[in-house]
Amino acid sequence: MRRALTPYLLVLPGGLWLLLFFVVPAATMLSLSLQEGDVVNGYVFTGHWQTYADAIVTYRTQFLRSLTYGAITTLVLVGVAFPVAYWIAVHGGRRKPAYLLLLLSPYFVSFVLRTISWRQLLTDEGVLLGPLKSAGLLSAQFHVLGTPVAVIGGLVYTFLPFMVLPVYVALERIDPRVVEAARDLYAGPAAAFRRVVLPLALPGVFAGVLMTFVPASSDYVTSAVLGGPSTTMIGQVIQAQYLSSSNYPAASALSATLMAVLLGGLFAYARALGTADVLTVAAR
Amino acid sequence: MTGRGGGRVLRAYSLLVIAWLTLPVLVMVLFSVNDTRGRYNQSWNGFTLAWYGRIFERDELTRALVTSLLIALATMLVAGALGTGIGYALGRYRFRGSGVLDLVMFAAVACPDLVMGASLLTLFVSLGAGLGAVTIACAHVMFAISFVAVVVRARVLTLDRSLEEAAADLGAGRWTTFRRITLPLLAPAVSSGMLLAFALSLDDFVVAGFTAGTTTTFPLWIWGATRAGLPPQVNVMGTLLYLTGVLLAVSTAIRARPRRR
Repeated sequence: MRRALTPYLLVLPGGLWLLLFFVVPAATMLSLSLQEGDVVNGYVFTGHWQTYADAIVTYRTQFLRSLTYGAITTLVLVGVAFPVAYWIAVHGGRRKPAYLLLLLSPYFVSFVLRTISWRQLLTDEGVLLGPLKSAGLLSAQFHVLGTPVAVIGGLVYTFLPFMVLPVYVALERIDPRVVEAARDLYAGPAAAFRRVVLPLALPGVFAGVLMTFVPASSDYVTSAVLGGPSTTMIGQVIQAQYLSSSNYPAASALSATLMAVLLGGLFAYARALGTADVLTVAAR
Repeated sequence: MTGRGGGRVLRAYSLLVIAWLTLPVLVMVLFSVNDTRGRYNQSWNGFTLAWYGRIFERDELTRALVTSLLIALATMLVAGALGTGIGYALGRYRFRGSGVLDLVMFAAVACPDLVMGASLLTLFVSLGAGLGAVTIACAHVMFAISFVAVVVRARVLTLDRSLEEAAADLGAGRWTTFRRITLPLLAPAVSSGMLLAFALSLDDFVVAGFTAGTTTTFPLWIWGATRAGLPPQVNVMGTLLYLTGVLLAVSTAIRARPRRR
């Protein structure tokens, strides 16, 4: 009897914490999104779905922009991260941990501070653009800050480790003898890569896509620091609705929609491929 | 796998990516030793270490850093204990509800920070709870639990059970076995999970932004001060935190290295 109780006693405190501060808040938010009222007089549940329709229609540009930026960021990340992960996994040899540390150490710097450093680097007359402009290589009107390029570049920078690590883990698991066998069977380097290495690395890429697309699409710090009025993402809208306008029902409806879109895709994905891999990678 | 030339191109490319990643860190370190005079620490005025001596001269910034460190410490301890419980149970026992727990943990890891922070705000607002360091810590423990649990579970699953059986054969009770055998074997996973919790808490900006009220943490202070110009003390603190992180990572890596015979 006592034996049967042990796991429940172990799980209880943490489980309650997750229930209280994750499940209950999510439910509160969903409920609040269907209420009407204001901060001063309180809210009443009215099942007012119109809030959703209004919020989505008003901010559909920012919604679509966020998903587009998220998708582009993820695609760029696959392209940037795969060769690096491949190089460390295959050519890293004994220095693999050192290279990984070099790659990850920038992330010991606070996220906000890193993003602000980028703004400092990219300002019109800053260390990067200033010299190029005075040398006449760039026109004086050229600027990066405030453009989608700056925002997507910042997003790629922020989420790079979440793509490199899962891909690295997948590549690292590949038995070199499998690739040798392919070569022995007269596969050229390209064919061996395409037909052996790539399929074995795909789970890592999938995990990376999952771990970067969601946070990149919902990010608001990067576009607030590096972007401009034409790059506003849905995260900025939600943040402003909550913290500046205190328009809680509309803000809740927006973030519930964001959550539904992102988590819906995620759960479909998790059902298809299993959660174990992702969580293992997330823990690294 | 690839020819020599391919390897060299890959190497050059990877080093270029690493350089790109390190660029903002260099900017941060550089401007921590900049002899700046005006309000904006943006252009190079020559080398000085003066700011390191004057690191605690901005009271609000110092207070924000202390708040952040205390919250991170609390998060580390509480999430460490609760996460270890979950991780151990999930790795060792089969029990009803473990599937649901798995799903909730997965959702908590995957859920965007923004949505997490926003929903916590709605909860605290409807409860009429005062926002501050306590609500930030509650939120941080929530998102750190899953990470600790996953790290500990992975370790429990690879644990050699015959060691515990041997202890039992030698007459150790269940509690003694757990305390003298299982716990020491789990210690590396528990401590790396706790470090992760500390780091996640210290770096968090988004969730804290929603649950802080008028309390200011280190990232929140930086965010608020950006427009008025960041004082060089921010760079000094950032540099010191960065160096601490690197040193910790290096020492853990050296300790974890398998010994050669």
